[in-house]
Order: sequence, then structure tokens, then C-alpha cells
Amino acid sequence: MSLIESLPKVRKLTVPKADGLLPWLVPLAILLVWQAASVAGFVSPRVLPAPSDVARAGWKLLWSGELGRNIWVSFWRASIGFLIGGSIGFAFGLANGLSQLSSKLTDTTLQMVRNVPHLALIPLVILWFGIDESAKLFLVALGVFFPVYLNTLHGIRTVDPQLIEMGRVYGMTDGELFRRVIFPGALPSIFVGLRFALGIMWLTLIVAETIAASSGLGYMAMQAREFMQIDVVVLSILIYALLGKLADSASRLLERLTLSWHPAFSKH
Amino acid sequence: MQQALRIPVSSVEETDGKDAIGPAEAFRPVRKPSVSPAKPETRGLPLVIRDLRKSFGDNQVLRGIELEIPAGQFVAIVGQSGCGKSTLLRLIAGLDKPTSGTISFGDTAARSEDIRVMFQEPRLLPWARVLANAEVGLGRDRKAAGAHDRAKQALEEVGLAEKRDQWPSVLSGGQKQRVALARALVSGPRLLAFDEPLGALDALTRIAMQRLLERVWIDQTFTAILVTHDVAEAVALADRVLVIEDGRVAEDISVDLPRPRRRGSAELATLEGSILGQLLGPGTAG
Ligand SMILES: Nc1ncnc2c1ncn2[C@@H]1O[C@H](COP(=O)(O)OP(=O)(O)O)[C@@H](O)[C@H]1O
Ligand SMILES: [Mg+2]
Repeated sequence: MSLIESLPKVRKLTVPKADGLLPWLVPLAILLVWQAASVAGFVSPRVLPAPSDVARAGWKLLWSGELGRNIWVSFWRASIGFLIGGSIGFAFGLANGLSQLSSKLTDTTLQMVRNVPHLALIPLVILWFGIDESAKLFLVALGVFFPVYLNTLHGIRTVDPQLIEMGRVYGMTDGELFRRVIFPGALPSIFVGLRFALGIMWLTLIVAETIAASSGLGYMAMQAREFMQIDVVVLSILIYALLGKLADSASRLLERLTLSWHPAFSKH
Repeated sequence: MQQALRIPVSSVEETDGKDAIGPAEAFRPVRKPSVSPAKPETRGLPLVIRDLRKSFGDNQVLRGIELEIPAGQFVAIVGQSGCGKSTLLRLIAGLDKPTSGTISFGDTAARSEDIRVMFQEPRLLPWARVLANAEVGLGRDRKAAGAHDRAKQALEEVGLAEKRDQWPSVLSGGQKQRVALARALVSGPRLLAFDEPLGALDALTRIAMQRLLERVWIDQTFTAILVTHDVAEAVALADRVLVIEDGRVAEDISVDLPRPRRRGSAELATLEGSILGQLLGPGTAG
């Protein structure tokens, strides 16, 4: 048995049941050090407020309902923008992966557009949409589109041609071939695109809300900056981090559920 | 191409590895030598090939293959690497269109489920469990009642019934090939074409698989066409060995030895030697 094959077993042996808590150890330690440094006066509250201050600010905003509203607004923008950009990217990825004609028609154009950083469009987008919801949705959708498109396309193009031939030999129709061979084969790559897209989704939203918004977490942070509420600024940043982590965990879970056949994801 | 023609240790009679198939209790008594045009009890498809040609651009790979295979015969095809064995098999299986010439399967119209291919790679769907992989072989009957049972039965035939809920990634190379064999068998094919199906297996697993192939061929009486680079394998399994050279059938040798054949017997060795001589060209023969 090779070393690689034996690796998962070794890991299983050395990592105890507290598995789930282990990754949180370092963030927790940082938080404690940070708190201690603030209390001891090493860090001025004007530079970085203590975690307890941030928590207090969060508590206050939570009670006033402001925090919930802003989180909800950001979450809504992120999901709708992601859904729109993701589905269009997925659709183009499928079409261009499966059809030569479609690929010839649109791929070059898309590859050209890809080279424009979507955040560079912010001035233009503000001119078009103002600081309306559609501006944020447009930017998020645009940002999400490319990783989903590229990875779906790549996934479909790299499905083992021997498996496709096998499917044809065994009389699969085009629909069956897609459902049973091409799509499952492309799925790992599609998930890679999904994870990239989630990262870009938050990044885009933060920038867009900071520059052009009248609600949302980014807006809340900008407001707080004007009133020198540094604890609220830090709070917003932490919430962004948490939401990002949440999205990532959700996609990982989905990955584990759908890719259980994959040696890299199988639990046993 | 010495490498391609190397013969594994064939003196090993008993194997007991992970892939061993068990005692060959299913062997029937000695069969009649294969001189008769068709075996009476077979349900195999006869195959007639006339002046078959296939070119890829300027590369004329097959240059007029003439071949008649009676129903139920076990034919092995050997030849230098790159001589067009796989190409011939792909044409027979309908995976490719000939440049010219005809391939016909007796007078009955063959259904696509009647002809199956087994490749060198198992080509299992990694995201389908073993049973589902075997079911793929049912073709259009996949959704019919009893599909599950037929697939289970095919897995039993290859000795993998207890693995049916596993993912392919946990199986050994030999076990994967056996699932591929079950998938090929499940539709009850009348012609089964093998393209070096055992080429990637180690010597012991290979011998176990050869016995399995022979057993299912005797059980199910299909016409078998086995492409192999292992001449010992060809003479051990086939009723008839074809040597392909320059795009034609250069040699057609019938192997009239009773089954089960004992590996390493003098007759097999002699036959193997003469075929090898033919393959390696004049000067090397002896
Ligand atoms: N799809 C293809 N396109 C072009 N050339 C091919 C193709 N398939 C096979 N060939 C060529 O045909 C020849 C015979 O190949 P093949 O039938 O695979 O040989 P074998 O199986 O006997 O080793 C080789 O020279 C190979 O390069
Ligand atoms: Mg070949």
C-alpha cells in the first residue's frame, strides 16, 4: 500500500473526536490575546477596540434591530446576485461545454469580458443604476458569473472521454449521458467554481456597499466610520468574515453530500 | 515491441490472491474440438467480415480484412502493437465506421444489446455503486422490471455479489475489471469483444480472470473475440488465433486442444512458440 493511500487512516488515528472544535482553537486564542492586550492597555481603543466592546456594540445594534436589518439586506443582495450570476454562468458553461456551435459563438467574447475587472465598472454602474439595489445585484452577478462559467465549462470538457464512449456503447440517450456521466463528472469542478464564486460574491458586495449603498453591512461600517464608532466598524468586518465562512461551510457540506463517491470526500 | 509480447509466468497454476475466482468447478466436461462451423447449442452471433478497410487520413490501418467467425467460437486476435487490433474491434462493435467493406452478423438483425465490448480500462462510473454500474449494461432495458435482479445475477456470475453497494474506488484492479465484465454480460450479449481486458492486471490476477472469462463463455455461449498481446493467453483460451499483419489476417491458427487446458503444457508451449515466431518475423522464429 502506498503512502498516499494510507494517509487518511493515519489521520483518523491521530485526530480524536474533538475534531470539530480544533479549527476554532486558533481564532479563540487570537480573541483572548486581543482582549488581554486591550485590557492591559497595549492597544488603544481608538485603534482597535477590545472584543468585549465590539460584542457590546453588536448587542446594542442587535436590540435596536439595525444589525438584523443590515445583515438581512446584505444577505439578500448576496444570494439574489449569486443566484442570477451563478445560473447564467452555469447555463453558459453547460451550453458551451456541450455544443461546439454555442462555444464558437460566445466563448471568445466571454473570455474577453472576463479580463475586465468587474469592480472597475463601479463608476459606470453607478451612472447606470444610481445606488439602487440593481447596481449591487448587477455587480455581484457579474463577479459570480465568471468562476461558475469557467469551472462548469472546464468540468464538462474534461469528463473522461472513455466514460462518454462507454455510455454511448451501452445505449445511453443524450439525456441519460448528461445525467449519468457528464454532469456527475463535471461536478467536482463545478464545486470549485462555486467556492470561488462565493468568495467573489462577498468581496464584491463589501466594495459595492461601502461605495454606493444606503443600507447593508458595508453601509453600516461606513456610517460608523463617519461617527468614529470604531467598534461597529470592527463588528461589520467580523460579521463579513463569519458570513463568508458560513457560505463556505454550506458549499463544503453540499460537496460532501454529493461527492461521497470521491475518495477525497468519502468518510470511510 | 518485445515488451508488448512478453509472456507472464504461466507455470503458476493455483492463485489465491484477492482476485482469485475459486475452483473451476463450473467447467463442463471436455468439449468437442472446434472444427465444426457452428456449435449446435450456442446462442452466439456469427460474424462475417468482407474486405474491411479503415484509414485514418493517409494511415491505412486495415487493408482488406477477410474473416468468418462461426457462432459461439472463441477467437483471439494477436499482432504487433499498432497493427490495428483495437481499430478492428471498434469497427465490429460499431464504435467507428469502416472506410469500406462490410461487417455482418449472420442473417439476424443484431440488436445493440447483443454486442458488447470490454475495454482495457474498466471504465466504471466512479459516482455509481457497483450494482448501478452493472445495471448500465442493460442498455434500454435498464428501466424494465427485474433490472436489479439481472444486475445482481451478473455480479454473482463474476463473484462480486457482496461488493454491490461499494463505490468502484475501493475495488482492486481485478475486481473493477470483473464489474466491467458483469456489466458486459448483464444484457446476455451474443457477441462479446474484449480489447486487452487483462493487459493492466498482474500475472496472478490475470490467470484468475482468464479462467473466469473461459467459464462465462462456456456458461453463456456467446461468440468471443479477444484482442490480446499475450500469446500464451490467446492459445490458452481461444478456439482459434488470428495474427494480424500489414492490415490483413496473416495467419489463422486453430487450437484444437481440449478444455480445460493446462497452462504450461507442451502442446500450448509449442503453439505459442510458433505464433511468437510469426509475430517477431523471420530470423527470430525457432
Ligand atoms: N482515432 C484515430 N485517429 C487516428 N489514428 C488512429 C486512431 N485510432 C487508431 N489510429 C491509428 O491506427 C493504428 C492502429 O491503432 P490500434 O488499432 O489502436 O492498434 P492496436 O490496438 O493493434 O495496438 C495506429 O497507428 C494508430 O495511431
Ligand atoms: Mg489496442
